[in-house]
Amino acid sequence: MSSFSITAIVPILCVTAAGIAAMLAEAFREPGERMPISGLGLVGLVGAAISAGLLWGRHATGFGVVSADTFGLFFVMILAVIGVMTMLLSPQLVEREELPGGEYYALTLFALAGMMLMAMATDLLIIFLALEVLSLSVYVLTAIRRNNEASVEGAFKYFILGGFSSAFFLYGIAFVYGLAHTTRLDRIGSALAGDAASHPSLGLLALGLLLVGFGFKVSAVPFHMWTPDAYEGAPAIVAGFMSTGVKAAAFAALVRVLVTAFQPMQATWLPVIWVIAGVTMILGTVVGVAQTNLKRMLAYSSIAHAGYILVGLAASNDVGRGAILFYLLAYGVTNLGAFGVIGLLATRERANDNLASMAGLSNRHPALAAVFAVLLLSLGGIPPTAGFVGKWYIFSAAVRAGDYGLAIIGVLTSVVSIFFYLRVIVMMYMAEPGDAPTSPAPSRVAVFTLAAMVIITFYLGVFPAQVLDLAGRSIGSLF
Amino acid sequence: MLTTIVFLPLAGALLLLLVENRDGRRDAVIRWTALGASLLVFAATLLLWIRFDPSRADFQFVERHDWIPSFGVQYFVGVDGISLFLLVLTGFLTPLALLSSWESIHEKTKEFAAFMLVLESAMLGVFVSLDLFLFYMFWDAMLVPMYFLIGIWGYDRRIYAALKFILYTAAGSLLMLLAIIGLAWMHNSITGTGYSFDLLKLYDLRIPRQFEFWFFLAFTLAFAIKVPLFPFHTWLPDAHVEAPTAGSVILAGVMLKMGTYGLVRFSFPLFPAAAAYFAPALAVLAVIGIIYGALVAMVQPDMKKLVAYSSVSHLGFVVLGICALNVQGLQGSIYQMLNHGVSTGGLFLIVGMLSDRRHTRQIAEFGGLKAVTPRLVAVFLLVTLSSIGLPGTNGFVGEFLILLGTFRWDPRFAAFAASGTILSAVYMLWMFQRVNYGPVTHEVNRTLPDLTVRERWVIVPAVAMAIFMGVLPGLFLKPMQPSVDRLLQRVSRESVASAPHGPAADHAEARLHGAMPADVRVKN
Repeated sequence: MSSFSITAIVPILCVTAAGIAAMLAEAFREPGERMPISGLGLVGLVGAAISAGLLWGRHATGFGVVSADTFGLFFVMILAVIGVMTMLLSPQLVEREELPGGEYYALTLFALAGMMLMAMATDLLIIFLALEVLSLSVYVLTAIRRNNEASVEGAFKYFILGGFSSAFFLYGIAFVYGLAHTTRLDRIGSALAGDAASHPSLGLLALGLLLVGFGFKVSAVPFHMWTPDAYEGAPAIVAGFMSTGVKAAAFAALVRVLVTAFQPMQATWLPVIWVIAGVTMILGTVVGVAQTNLKRMLAYSSIAHAGYILVGLAASNDVGRGAILFYLLAYGVTNLGAFGVIGLLATRERANDNLASMAGLSNRHPALAAVFAVLLLSLGGIPPTAGFVGKWYIFSAAVRAGDYGLAIIGVLTSVVSIFFYLRVIVMMYMAEPGDAPTSPAPSRVAVFTLAAMVIITFYLGVFPAQVLDLAGRSIGSLF
Repeated sequence: MLTTIVFLPLAGALLLLLVENRDGRRDAVIRWTALGASLLVFAATLLLWIRFDPSRADFQFVERHDWIPSFGVQYFVGVDGISLFLLVLTGFLTPLALLSSWESIHEKTKEFAAFMLVLESAMLGVFVSLDLFLFYMFWDAMLVPMYFLIGIWGYDRRIYAALKFILYTAAGSLLMLLAIIGLAWMHNSITGTGYSFDLLKLYDLRIPRQFEFWFFLAFTLAFAIKVPLFPFHTWLPDAHVEAPTAGSVILAGVMLKMGTYGLVRFSFPLFPAAAAYFAPALAVLAVIGIIYGALVAMVQPDMKKLVAYSSVSHLGFVVLGICALNVQGLQGSIYQMLNHGVSTGGLFLIVGMLSDRRHTRQIAEFGGLKAVTPRLVAVFLLVTLSSIGLPGTNGFVGEFLILLGTFRWDPRFAAFAASGTILSAVYMLWMFQRVNYGPVTHEVNRTLPDLTVRERWVIVPAVAMAIFMGVLPGLFLKPMQPSVDRLLQRVSRESVASAPHGPAADHAEARLHGAMPADVRVKN
């Protein structure tokens, strides 16, 4: 039993071990010595991905609170992809911005371990534990440029609001425990379906408090306030990592909690998710239009994307849940890539993350401009890219559920979002070059990573069948 | 065969991207490669026409592969008499457009040629797709290269025009996406055999009335914006005026046809009852577009804008012919799509030549060109006449058939529409007169060069095609006939079957029977 339990958490152990190794490596590093710490992370993440592949379909459970089901493992894969891309893009950016390397890699890896745990946890307390592991790491990552005012301000806001939301979440767990006398998701489900249904107000309170906690992490309206500040303040690559990894992990847990533990209360939470989804899409895109800072714009775009993913949840059918998995993968790769490009454009003196600094980028860095254009078009959902298939899948779920209302909000906000993504492309390709200085050429590894992201974007857009099937099958393990 | 044709330009574009050309030293290599690729595609489309069996009504050269099996998405392409000539037209115009930009595009030649070829791939893809998902992929993918063509190589207000173009079209097409998904889902819930985006299966699907109406509106909105039908036309003058010549030629020549092609291929046969119900309303919009476009064209001081508004007017004819839902109207519409591609494409090419010479497109800046550039004026005259629809040119055949079909349906529409043909003669000839006759009013015009060898290669094929299509329409109409008949049967049978007592259905049935007498079916 116990050895079997360990196997279920091998992916998490791989990443954690890599994180500890990164810390040790930093401790033994001579001042000024260059050390490929990111390589340690890569080894750990690839190990996690391989072990997730080996665990596929075996339904291993660990200690009764972690489940290596296909749903969780699919998320582990997504997170491994995001992690690998982050590790590959990081070295040049860490060096250029003079970030403390050891801490950066260790924290990123610990955050990833937390995310993977969150995706696989089947107990509310473990979810909370994972949430705290990843949150604390990400708070520090946001503030990793200690001397930068924006960075500290963003991290501070993030930390204060995040602390509140954690408290809400924990309070929600307490109510659930009071109601169901357990924190295991499956038992909560049967309790809510049974005698606990006699306390509807208590259930409502618990559900509401948990939704606040999740809403904060996925940056759904009205819990999105921290997002633009935190993304703007954090180094671009950290913002990219936060906007994809944290979101994926939080959605994993949210879906699991809602469709297993709170399945009996579906009639209650469905309308709430519906409204949040609609408002999140609208606010994310409408406010996104007004942004002139690219990181803020991508922050609002990530809010809007959270809205699209919630549409998949609001559809409450298999298509919708499969769509969430596919969408998070497609969005993860493209959004991380977009932030990566912004990171590569920064120089030591200037962030170069304003719309104006993109002017004439196609002349200065044709390759980077082309990559950025492809990624933005994918975020806008233009075929033949991953973003289009993701949106198509999400809207299919909504139409399947007969929910034309959300679908129409979705397509209309998509049109608006195309406007602000295109504005960047206009600057890059059609505006006269401004005074933005030429940033140093991206390293070979970075070029390779971005090229891989573009290839994945097109691959998922043109040949999505296999991944769609995989996503569709993965959700079967939830029931 | 079809797959090769569709992806050949894309392969050409990828090949071009491999050429190192940062300093512009290899511009010539790039231009010739792109031209070669597009000529190859044209040759392939001609081969397709030769091998096409004109007696069959169903789709030919069909290729069908599973693509996303769990959602019933297939790679499913085929050609019938309706799409065949649109493929040939695309193949015909792209080399001309590339050739026309030989000297006017100096910057980023490689990217320009690559975008043109990607655009060609997407356009060909739209015309051959028989799977709605595939169709939508091509339909939306087409926007991006056109957006860049207008936005990078256009004139002063190019960014505004490019953005307006893409937002208008995207808004319409995304609603269509929802309707497409809805249809696929209905296929599952009605037949119980899973999702399907297969056009042929969806043709046979009887969907609930209420959904049929909404879906029809969603599809038709997307196509009406693309046509563009009044009042969705406001993006068109901006896009045309700001686009480079090659962009305008492709935009007017091929992309506008996609709207009307979409009506013929998707909106009407998929939702016959709704189509019969809304046809009069669409016809009213079409007639307004015909007259409004013509009147606005008349007062334009800018030649390019004049031609752009004339497109609104001409495309109104095409929509009107489709709404008539009889053989003459439909055949005339399809024929007029081709005509408009050739004639208006030709007009944009000529305006481009004039604007290359003088860097202005204002009519008032010209005058008396007949004495200076006789050859240019000669081809200008021929293209103008074909655009007006003079007997003996292609425009006449199309407009005549459309008016005939419309008259059989409802003489009132035909009467108003006929006034549009008169107005078109007025604004076109008036422009022609002001540009080419009279004394030379501007000294600079005295030394304008006549057609160069390259320009002859650009414009002579267009003029030859206009006359050829005017003299031998049967060559084109015959292969269309079986497909058009079959389309009409589908539209009328379905609308009768799904609404046996509805007035709209009776109307459609009456129209079909009225349309059937064999003596007037093919004019030639």
